Amino acid sequence: MSNLLTISPSPHAKGKETVSSLMFGVLMALVPAFLFSLYFFGIGALITTLVSVGFCVLFEWLIAKYILKTKPQICDGSAILTGVLLAFNLPSNINPFIVMIGALVAIGVAKMTFGGLGQNLFNPALVGRVFLLISFPQQMTTWPKPIENRLNYLDAVTGATPMSFMKPRPEIDHSALDAIQPVDMLMGAMGGSLGEIAALALIIGGIYMIWRKIITWHIPVSIIATVAIFTSLVWLIDPTMCVNPLYHLLGGGLLLGAIFMATDYVTSPMSDKGKLIYGVGIGLLTVIIRLWGSYPEGMSFAILLMNAVTPLINKKFKPTRFGETKTK
Amino acid sequence: MDNVIVISILILGGIAILAAVILYVIARKFKVEEDPRIDQVAECLPGANCGGCGYAGCRNFAEACVKDFNGKVCTAGGNDVMKKVAEVLGVEAVAADAKIAVVRCRGSKDCRPKTSNYEGAKTCAIASATYGGETGCSFGCIGLGDCESVCQFGAIKINHETGLPEVNDEKCTGCGACVKACPKVVIELRKKAPKFRKVFVSCINKDKGAVAKKACSSACIGCGKCAKTCPFEAITVENNVAYIDFNKCKMCRKCVEQCPTGAIKEENFPPRKPKTEDAAAPAKAEQTAAQPNPEKKSENQ
Amino acid sequence: MGGVHPADKKITAAKPITPLAVPQTVAIPCAMHIGAPAEIIVQKGDKVKVGQLIAKATGFVSANIHSSVSGTVKNIGPVADASGYTKQAVFITVEGDEWDESIDRSPDIKRNIDDLKPEDIINKVHEAGIVGMGGATFPTRVKLMVPEGKKADAVLINAVECEPYLTADHRVMLEKGEELMIGTQLLMKAVKCDRAYIGIEQNKPDAIEYLTKLSANYPGITVVPLKLKYPQGSEKHLIKAILGREVPPPPHLPIDVGAVVDNAGTAVAVYEAVMKNKPLFERVVTVTGDSVKNPGNFLVRIGTPISALIEAVGGMPEDTEKLISGGPMMGKAINSLEIPVAKGTSGILMLPKSLAHRGEPAACIRCGKCVDACPMGLEPYLLSKLAKLKRFDDLEANHITDCISCGCCMFACPSNRPILDYMNFGKGKVMAIIRSRKK
Repeated sequence: MSNLLTISPSPHAKGKETVSSLMFGVLMALVPAFLFSLYFFGIGALITTLVSVGFCVLFEWLIAKYILKTKPQICDGSAILTGVLLAFNLPSNINPFIVMIGALVAIGVAKMTFGGLGQNLFNPALVGRVFLLISFPQQMTTWPKPIENRLNYLDAVTGATPMSFMKPRPEIDHSALDAIQPVDMLMGAMGGSLGEIAALALIIGGIYMIWRKIITWHIPVSIIATVAIFTSLVWLIDPTMCVNPLYHLLGGGLLLGAIFMATDYVTSPMSDKGKLIYGVGIGLLTVIIRLWGSYPEGMSFAILLMNAVTPLINKKFKPTRFGETKTK
Repeated sequence: MDNVIVISILILGGIAILAAVILYVIARKFKVEEDPRIDQVAECLPGANCGGCGYAGCRNFAEACVKDFNGKVCTAGGNDVMKKVAEVLGVEAVAADAKIAVVRCRGSKDCRPKTSNYEGAKTCAIASATYGGETGCSFGCIGLGDCESVCQFGAIKINHETGLPEVNDEKCTGCGACVKACPKVVIELRKKAPKFRKVFVSCINKDKGAVAKKACSSACIGCGKCAKTCPFEAITVENNVAYIDFNKCKMCRKCVEQCPTGAIKEENFPPRKPKTEDAAAPAKAEQTAAQPNPEKKSENQ
Repeated sequence: MGGVHPADKKITAAKPITPLAVPQTVAIPCAMHIGAPAEIIVQKGDKVKVGQLIAKATGFVSANIHSSVSGTVKNIGPVADASGYTKQAVFITVEGDEWDESIDRSPDIKRNIDDLKPEDIINKVHEAGIVGMGGATFPTRVKLMVPEGKKADAVLINAVECEPYLTADHRVMLEKGEELMIGTQLLMKAVKCDRAYIGIEQNKPDAIEYLTKLSANYPGITVVPLKLKYPQGSEKHLIKAILGREVPPPPHLPIDVGAVVDNAGTAVAVYEAVMKNKPLFERVVTVTGDSVKNPGNFLVRIGTPISALIEAVGGMPEDTEKLISGGPMMGKAINSLEIPVAKGTSGILMLPKSLAHRGEPAACIRCGKCVDACPMGLEPYLLSKLAKLKRFDDLEANHITDCISCGCCMFACPSNRPILDYMNFGKGKVMAIIRSRKK
């Protein structure tokens, strides 16, 4: 026996998942949406994503090394994921300097200030996005028209998204909406942030993540179901207030948010019960903001608001203790 | 326009007065009557909340002192602090022996060969619950630094060369937090002697001599030579390990010379004169034995 | 709810049980069970026979210990056990192999249990020093003595063997099926109930088939195939899977839902003790590992040093960096080959370098995988944090005492965090606090 034996408490076996395998799994799940985005927005989607990822990784490395003085953990892929998710929430013709500011806020303010991975209270990519939305409302709410702008970047021709037609302000623009087929929304042939357009690709990504057990079904399903039920009710009561729920489900950032943003490990609740409550909360807030708020899209705000409630949910909704379900 | 300014001032001023009244009423109503001496006593204390006194923090200790001063000792502050506290309370302080921590293990990496690698959570408490230790000695220091992390005074630090903790005599207050934190009870509080001089058995291995020796070259093998040598009957050998009673020890250091493994340790003595004839040694030892005595007495008084 | 799926690795499932040669000396520890250590009743120089009582149970929760060899008591002294701490043990120099005359060594199977009274069975079990052989080593007699006011309505035989690598119970079922059935009948009689279930994981189809066939002749005994999932073999989860009842949180015991659970190996030991008068002095041990030359299942005398077992499988492979007594999920890593086989040693596992080490712990990403994996419905991430902060009151409020130390949380953790290390530490402290409160 040449080597010293190793001693450790049990267990001596370990599952295959690691932080980086989970993070890269999420990135894999984002690939279909990215491909669709490349098809519709071309070069702009590519540049924005690369800039966002590059700056997120750079800021994480700089802050960890020179401010926090810890070993930078770039390899775990979480900064890359934040970068991709931030880019997916931006219009593809956005100025790279704005992206840089977004990355700085996402990584510097929302993540590293709290102590880095696992410590942050709010979803970093969304904090970055909301910061930009408030600081640069003009640039953040003009979206390039799909397909025809493939080779244009900053000079892309812009148009509105279905979300702005759906706003009852003062009333829903039915003629514009009728021009959009639900199948276009499914495939992504519409204006919007670069990662949110192709509903089909996002759903494929979501199914992949559930199949690989990266996420559980609770959060996406509860958000989508809540939005579907709530908008259906409003639609049935007063069709001038709300369009066909299908548009609500497929339009805007709902699927991107429900599948990829709300399920962020760090900022979502732990127990299954908690996840359901959290999902319902996001769904309700999203619809309220969409129908009655001043912004056409409410997903990011809804998720951030529920992020703030997550610690309370964790405290209140514990997993079911073994033996407590059937006490005699 | 003037109206607006006047109205604003009135409203804001009104709010301010209302808030002040509410605060005043609440402060009056919920005031907790407290003995003012508690604050005074607390001010005398070191404020490290080390817990050496047996109370959760310095303030709790202060409360306890105000209630009943008898028998309370601030281990960290020592006699000086207790004297001050006694002054505040107008009673007489009873001096207690000042204590200092010693590490009773010399099993450095060189003399205690590793028999396994530990890979669990990096705290002594968990490692010792898991198994005996990384070496053949299941009594000695684990070296993961639970003592270091509980010390409020930065007085005990793991030396990464030897893998053993070292006590900074100047900083150690004898609060005993490290003693409580050490799952192997390697650390002991001993009476503080002048110039921080210490003579103690730096081993607590209860294994039989041969087993202990095999595990660690500087283990106490329980041979009893020290006990026979000691002129003051301060040394007892029990369970294969020697122990020096600090109340009887006069620090003559005869035992240190007798110990075959070097398990008895002396600290903070001036370097011994180069070895002369054997006959001179005992005489020298007696001299040093006689010297510290008066000093000690004077301190105790 | 909860659970994980570790790789199966039952390398030795097809290896028949081989008796291991009696070693030259044995060291029989007197604390091989949960509860008070047994009191040694032999002295240095005494001659002992196989099966002779050498240490007596000293309390209600304690067990007799018998010599596993014949020879002379060489010494009574300390021996390191799997915990790494030393315990008192009887060292015996082996001379020949002379069994106590009362032991029936014939291969016939004795089936007639009609004349036995429940008390007889329980007394025999106690005399023979039988303890739970799955690894927990809880004295079996205590389990069989149903407290007043409670009633057992089913005996469950735990033949799940959900730990990877281990195959000792699997082989016992295949080779001692009849004995297992009769042992089960004895257990049913002892606790006065008329039905029993043998729970087997579905990865042992041959054992399920064989025992199902046998059970046709034994009324009241049913074989239940169980889903493959760790920790299916935990007492509480077995009861839930078979009877659909959940044992309420501690201090409640399985008997509170009418169940008595015993390991398959224990049932065979009960048969041998009652029908053959053979005390517990040998057991089946799986000796295995990914790179071991000839892994196998061995019938080993208690007190045999582990080095003898390792020799029997062709020595320890070069790349071994971790030696485990038990399975990889709940076994104990050991650091000496001189540790003796005890009543609870179900396997010896040699892990190669690639499997022996834990990953570098990283920050908790709050993914909740430990919460999903916990079969007891606890929040391991929270409990380990509280234990690290020594907030024992909060630990108790969050039910740390429910933890069964199964290791699912750490298995599932993507950040390699030492969750269970801290939880076990916290659990120990909280249990001590609860005990001191009762006094």
